[in-house]
Amino acid sequence: MGMTLAEKIIASAAGVDSVRPGDIHTVELDLLMSNDGTTHLTIDMYNKLAHPHIADVDKLVWIVDHNCPSDSPKTAASQKKMRDFAKTHGITFYEGKGVCHQLMMENHVRPGQLIFGADSHTCAYGALGAFGTGVGCTDYLYAMVTGHSWVLVPESLKFNLHGRLNPGVTARDLILTIIGQIGANGANYKAMEFGGEGLATLTMSDRIAVCNLCVEAGAKTAVMEADRVALDYLTARGRTPKAVFHSDPDAVYAQTYDIDLGSIVPVVAKPHFVDQVVPATECRGIPIDEAFLGSCNNGRMEDLRAGAALLRGRKVADAVRFLVVPASGEVYRQALTEGLLKIFMEAGAIVMNPNCSVCWGSCQGVIGEGETLISTGTRNFKGRAGHPGSFVYLASAETVTASAILGEIATADRLPPVEG
Amino acid sequence: MAETFTARIWVLGDDIDTDIVIPTEYLALKTVNDMRPYAFSPLRPELAAQIRPGDVIVAGSNFGCGSSREQAPEVIKALGVRCVIAGSFARIFFRNAINNGLLLIECPALRPDVADGDEVTVTVGKEIVCKGKTYPIASLSDNLLEIINAGGLVKAMRRRNGLD
Repeated sequence: MGMTLAEKIIASAAGVDSVRPGDIHTVELDLLMSNDGTTHLTIDMYNKLAHPHIADVDKLVWIVDHNCPSDSPKTAASQKKMRDFAKTHGITFYEGKGVCHQLMMENHVRPGQLIFGADSHTCAYGALGAFGTGVGCTDYLYAMVTGHSWVLVPESLKFNLHGRLNPGVTARDLILTIIGQIGANGANYKAMEFGGEGLATLTMSDRIAVCNLCVEAGAKTAVMEADRVALDYLTARGRTPKAVFHSDPDAVYAQTYDIDLGSIVPVVAKPHFVDQVVPATECRGIPIDEAFLGSCNNGRMEDLRAGAALLRGRKVADAVRFLVVPASGEVYRQALTEGLLKIFMEAGAIVMNPNCSVCWGSCQGVIGEGETLISTGTRNFKGRAGHPGSFVYLASAETVTASAILGEIATADRLPPVEG
Repeated sequence: MAETFTARIWVLGDDIDTDIVIPTEYLALKTVNDMRPYAFSPLRPELAAQIRPGDVIVAGSNFGCGSSREQAPEVIKALGVRCVIAGSFARIFFRNAINNGLLLIECPALRPDVADGDEVTVTVGKEIVCKGKTYPIASLSDNLLEIINAGGLVKAMRRRNGLD
């Protein structure tokens, strides 16, 4: 029986010829990412171990991005704990350099790897043909100490992409549409594999956006074959694949979906679940208080370019706070070089340092009771961005920026022409 | 022999995400015990004060979806909740709960039949009885039960390595 992409990566990490869904295997991890959301808890547990030990310090990457820079004495203390531990043990450490998943894609992830991240959106690494999955801090600790963990081989869902997205429609619209279709637990315990000739039309930025959000359908991981687009991205960053796997023609999938990219339209996920997806046109006119362009899902150059293109010659609505947060220092510097940050600032946006910002809901731009946010962030759960009585709509960079300009949820085609 | 206990239940809906279980703004509190009053607060601010040690939470599908924050199962355990019975569990939460010694039971049929304050009698790995009706449940594998009974993965490893 053939294997899916996810099965091949697990088999490789387990050192066996083949695996089947439902098998439990002990696997060797290639990378272990942890951020300031929970690393202090991991350290507390580590320090209580009878025989504290790090299996391979070179596999650890620790990133301060959730409350960055620190916003209270409490977060300052937990980050100091993390910083000091990383220094003492020689752990690769980033602080203020960007959102963890973006930094992992830019600097660490290689095709064929099996990666644990103490963060649910670790499934983003599938954009480079790696098996990334989110774990809690106890699983993280176990893997950090032993170098191993166990995985239940998931069933795979196959999404065959056909054609190409229409202008003004984004990968963000694509993955939100898929989540709306299969539901918030439509892929629970499963791997989502993307293929088909339409995949070649998606940029790396698009692919990261698609894989990153798959956990919102419950997926254990999301994977794409590392094709020319992925390998070019890798080569340009001086890295090589661990292994490039292809799913077998006779691989078995729990379900196969055929997606016509040309049929996708701009969509919005309404409060309070990511699967409450409707065409953006259905939400037109809903007044907003804040707009957010950033996060590990949509804070890359393509997103900032799309936002800046709409803002050129226009202004952010008076009543709206528009937060623009590049996903990494690299993105920030490139946006600076291209003049995009100037466009955002002259239009009245608030440009912030690379970090998780309001998507994490406890650092920047937290919203109050009765307020409405439209966001390129990852989640719109009740209270996710602040007060339990607030509302979060999720959409693409284009839709978020158009909404920031008009002060209400809007699609880019509703913007009046720029004068002069 | 299978363990049996009787408990009062609190009933929640589908897709109870970990931001509901413990909102981000309270994660900075120093200990999980400090977070207890805020558990489930976006949905039911009064619930944490109503839950007594030994109570059971009954919910719909996809319990624990969202963030990987391990404070979610920890705070449920800190409230003294005996177990969570749900239609299904999100996978990261499932691992985190086991690793913290919180018993989880999948039983999709129970929730539509019950309300806050009902009593359930749970025989682990066998069945749930509520208002005279019996709901069969699957048994957990021995290695997962070993972790739960030890109080979590770290404690199970200590026990296995002869440290406790």
